[in-house]
Amino acid sequence: MATTDQYSGGGIVNAGDLPDKPAPIRTDGAIAWMRDNLFDGVSNTLFSLVAFALVLYVLPPALGWLIFNANWSGGAEACRINPDAACWPFVGARWEQFLYGFYEKSERWRLNIILAVLALGIAWLVWEKAPARKFAALFMLSVFPVFAFIMMYGNETLGLPIVDTPQWGGFTLTLVIALSGIVASMPLGILLALGRRSKMPVVSLLSTVFIEFWRGIPLVAVLFMATIMFPLFLPAGVTFDQLLRAVIGVSLFASAYMAEVVRGGLQAIPKGQYEGAMALGLPYPKMMRLIILPQALKIVIPGIVNTFIGLFKDTTLVLIIALFDLLGIVQASIADPNWSIKSVPYTGYVFVAISFWICCYGMARYSRYLEAKLHTGHER
Amino acid sequence: MQVSEERVINIADMNKWYGQFHVLKDINLTVNRGERIVICGPSGSGKSTLIRCINRLEEHQQGSINVDGIELNNDLKNIDAIRREVGMVFQHFNLFPHLTVLENCTLAPIWVKKMPKKEAEEVAMKYLERVRIPEQADKFPGQLSGGQQQRVAIARSLCMNPKIMLFDEPTSALDPEMIKEVLDVMIELAREGMTMICVTHEMGFAKTVANRVIFMDGGQIIEENEPEEFFNNPQSERTQLFLSQILNH
Repeated sequence: MATTDQYSGGGIVNAGDLPDKPAPIRTDGAIAWMRDNLFDGVSNTLFSLVAFALVLYVLPPALGWLIFNANWSGGAEACRINPDAACWPFVGARWEQFLYGFYEKSERWRLNIILAVLALGIAWLVWEKAPARKFAALFMLSVFPVFAFIMMYGNETLGLPIVDTPQWGGFTLTLVIALSGIVASMPLGILLALGRRSKMPVVSLLSTVFIEFWRGIPLVAVLFMATIMFPLFLPAGVTFDQLLRAVIGVSLFASAYMAEVVRGGLQAIPKGQYEGAMALGLPYPKMMRLIILPQALKIVIPGIVNTFIGLFKDTTLVLIIALFDLLGIVQASIADPNWSIKSVPYTGYVFVAISFWICCYGMARYSRYLEAKLHTGHER
Repeated sequence: MQVSEERVINIADMNKWYGQFHVLKDINLTVNRGERIVICGPSGSGKSTLIRCINRLEEHQQGSINVDGIELNNDLKNIDAIRREVGMVFQHFNLFPHLTVLENCTLAPIWVKKMPKKEAEEVAMKYLERVRIPEQADKFPGQLSGGQQQRVAIARSLCMNPKIMLFDEPTSALDPEMIKEVLDVMIELAREGMTMICVTHEMGFAKTVANRVIFMDGGQIIEENEPEEFFNNPQSERTQLFLSQILNH
């Protein structure tokens, strides 16, 4: 025996370590996992069976429609013959329009360059081992928007013909609205959150009024006001780009939501963090920037990304003010009489759904990664 | 342990209220350079509030507080100047959990004193060695024990090279076996001549290093004496009662 028990007086002394014994039943492997997670107890077993049945009921027809029975080639004719499955040739024939909208065909290379730089920029931001990574955010927030605007809108002196905003459309327009909204709403939201928590009553009141105003009206109403009412207040002859108005509306709308998310994070920071920073002599702006906001924003990453995803999807509402984002352009293409086939509208909408899902899921994954990366040690 | 004649803190007729509640009543206290003062008293007696007034974590409403020749008033410049001279260690450490131990220590020197990063790191390592945890420099506070965290907090304060250190119940949140490691660091600091004001119930510490022990109750200073006299010959009944409660349990 590895242990020797000694009895001295009334106490018990257990000297030496107890040996490891094998577990009485298997605690690892697939069967053990299923037993522990799917079939432990009556109700859980029942739930598992119902879930399996649902999957079996839904998945095969869905996969059949999407993939196995779908039309992959042959144009409209093939789809007419087999109208009970997805018509992917429709997407194949229209993908350029879905991506670029009504943008001048001969100038589309400019959008390709922007998209390529955007992709590289995002990779630079996300990839941890990228060189000079600390400049990535600076580049993406300052240089890139100017570059993208000049490339997209054009500049006569640079020899780039003007392509005005009404010709912008498709997925590039979705990106323009969503990214401007995201980039603008973040700093604005932080300022509004700090403002609302300010000890100065005027600042606090103004921030609160702003937030509650924008949160209280539907985005559709914001877009209508931006399009129809706003020009009425401008002096005659002064015009204001329709897209810019929509972008500003979306940004202000999103910043109100962002402010409340950030405020939630600020409230979760213990008073001791403020006191620790103040006792070290940090003035308010530095205390906020270095101590409070990094922690508060980390806590609310899920909420921030939630707002971004919401904003991204809400861009589809610009449809109602005659801007053709991805959804808008797909919807317009569906009406083409050459493609008046039963499966075409479904295919179009499924394509839009998949496109949006990929973008949103990408953001969601990145947020999970950030949360894990920024997690430091034990919770307070 | 030399005490000079030079006054570094002068609190005169100071009063503070929380709403209608009178928390500090007619506080008069002077501290000389190099002096080590222990403040004790039952909970709610205003001892933490008193030292938190010294670096303006709490605002006093009447009377004056003068720290190293700087008058503490609503002038932000004065408040910042005083905070640069006064270090503080808290009951719950208040380390910044999103920064490493080293970053916790270099933050204020870099951003408040504009010290170059490299120099700040050297200073930080020097103090981390003094509190005997240089090997934890790259860890996050959440990965350390309470005693280690409190020692980091002391090092973080020392990195600003303060003239005065305030300790607000630095060992109250610690497990018993970790109290000693923190007290040892504090005793060492006292021996090096740091001006210290400690709110603490560690009477052993008070006997070892304090020049003066102050007993507070109900928002006022009840008794103030040298440790020998204070513990062996307390004058006020309230002091006697308090001492009998904490020493004989």
